[in-house]
Amino acid sequence: MSQPFIEVHGLTKYFPVGRRRVLKAVDGIQFTIQKGETLGLVGESGCGKTTAGRTVIRLYEPTSGRVLIGGTDITRLKRSGLKAFRRKMQMIFQDPYASLNPRMTVLDIIGEALDIHGLVKSRTERKYRVEQLLELVGLSAEHASRYPHEFSGGQRQRIGITRALAVEPEFIVCDEPISALDVSIQAQIVNLLIDLQKKMGLTYLFVAHDLAMVKYVSDRIAVMYLGKIVELARSEDLYDDPQHPYTQALLSAIPIPDPEAEAKKERIILRGELPNPMNPPSGCPFRTRCPHAKERCAQEAPAFREVRPGHWAACHLHA
Amino acid sequence: MGKTILEVRDLRVSFEVYGGEVEAVRGVSFHVCEGEAVAIVGESGSGKSVTAQAIMRLIAMPPGKFKSGSVIFEGRDLLTISEKEMQKVRGNKIGMIFQDPMTSLNPTMTIGMQIMESLIKHQRLRKSAAKARAIELLAMVGIPDPETRMKQYPHQMSGGMRQRVMIAIALACNPALLIADEPTTALDVTIQAQVMQFMKELQQNTNTSIILITHDLGVVVDLCDRVIVMYAGQIVETGTKWEIFKNPQHPYTKGLLKSLPRLDQPKNEPLIPIYGTPPDMIQPPQGCGFCSRCESAMRICERQDPEWTAISETQSVRCWLQSAGEKAAAVVGGKEADA
Repeated sequence: MSQPFIEVHGLTKYFPVGRRRVLKAVDGIQFTIQKGETLGLVGESGCGKTTAGRTVIRLYEPTSGRVLIGGTDITRLKRSGLKAFRRKMQMIFQDPYASLNPRMTVLDIIGEALDIHGLVKSRTERKYRVEQLLELVGLSAEHASRYPHEFSGGQRQRIGITRALAVEPEFIVCDEPISALDVSIQAQIVNLLIDLQKKMGLTYLFVAHDLAMVKYVSDRIAVMYLGKIVELARSEDLYDDPQHPYTQALLSAIPIPDPEAEAKKERIILRGELPNPMNPPSGCPFRTRCPHAKERCAQEAPAFREVRPGHWAACHLHA
Repeated sequence: MGKTILEVRDLRVSFEVYGGEVEAVRGVSFHVCEGEAVAIVGESGSGKSVTAQAIMRLIAMPPGKFKSGSVIFEGRDLLTISEKEMQKVRGNKIGMIFQDPMTSLNPTMTIGMQIMESLIKHQRLRKSAAKARAIELLAMVGIPDPETRMKQYPHQMSGGMRQRVMIAIALACNPALLIADEPTTALDVTIQAQVMQFMKELQQNTNTSIILITHDLGVVVDLCDRVIVMYAGQIVETGTKWEIFKNPQHPYTKGLLKSLPRLDQPKNEPLIPIYGTPPDMIQPPQGCGFCSRCESAMRICERQDPEWTAISETQSVRCWLQSAGEKAAAVVGGKEADA
């Protein structure tokens, strides 16, 4: 296999929360993404998936670890070098209502990105470029002079996508880009993202909790639990043959909109809830809810190992 | 099925706003039988939550107003009885679970007091008896160590826990009908599975009728027998879950099901979205509400509201594609076909 486009090694992000205590939001994760590939990152709220996405593109300063994008370690970049790199990596946010400035027109929201990176020379060129981009995502040129409140949720998300695309990035972190949208609109946005990926050769890190949608979008999927990646595999392998008990429970919990499949399915109902990340369990983080937990799980954290080619899991069951 | 416990007839609810009148619910009729779980599905703005709030008379007036309709529960029209009478129904005979467990509990009251409140008011229990019952309820909804939890405040609990507390409050007086408005939308999938499992057991054990309001078609299958699909303030299709999921007739229902990815769907097979957006309810379309997004729209769809067509004894649909030819034979005119 060729050199991966994105390489993340031992990435951690700790937040200080007073009295010298730290919250280990992301606790030593590693993964790679090939050029043009989509890696899905799933987990429940509070597992650290959004923090992971933001730390990878240095919206948060990592506590430790390395992130290599196209061979350059971006965690070491200084101001000017970082700005040049920002052009290559962009983000699409979850909430299309909160992530657009309500006092700016669409032209300025998108134009701002062009200005910062000096990508246009004149006002006419700026306007032309914005209109061109709007048409690319299925909006029309006349939308440029409007304000965010004049748009529906799905349209706003298209504006968010346009802003990310304006600087011609190579890598985009999509942080729950569809979870605030209605079901009938979600498919529109997902199709657009896949379409753009094909046209422009984009690489995606797709953070979400909707497992059916993640499976559809992603080539490979990483499952996070309490700041750690517990399983990583090709999408089909993860769904057909999940190795980690948490992934198994997570998959069985998805309600399927089909009475036939639902009747056949055996659901694993997990005990309890996500432990407090301020005070994570010893050993394996999942052991407090795991139906297979043994003594060893409390004593020793399982290593993240390749259980079969390309399929990684962190569980003592597969030692 | 048992006897009908709730019947909603031609319900119309509007809201006066600066720009005019938002017609949120436009003539909704359905019924719920004893021990039955009915799902109302639809997107945001389809009028499903307003329907639920209208049944409970929780709509602020003004700006809201009932334009027409009746809600028959235990032989009385809930829309015409006095507020004092309504208070004896609300929380007592009809319980409600709200979507957001973070904002629908009182942050300044202990969990225990919030459950005991309705027991003391409706069931006229003494404080000690109400406390014992509240502890019992918390244990029933699966909250560990209920005695300690009784003394705690909502902020000391997680989202899943709070939603269980909401359920405990709704169930406190053994209601005949439970209205659950997006009960699991704010929860994670593994917690959602726990809560749904609990509601299923509840329905089987106590014969409580449930109206589940949701946009998540997966959740529907798990719990409900019958499904009502709403779009732009109207019911567009109703049927058993098998009929709705296996043999949908309305283009909107079909579109909704197609826009969801199947777990075995390959990436090179694109999702089929429903193009466009729902209509503006200040000026609702004259004809079919779905007309502007419908691929099979005909000329009549723009001009005239479609009528009900019965597909089977339990399934009916409001679409001109079904009734254009055989109008006279199958029209059930605004009333539910299986009523």
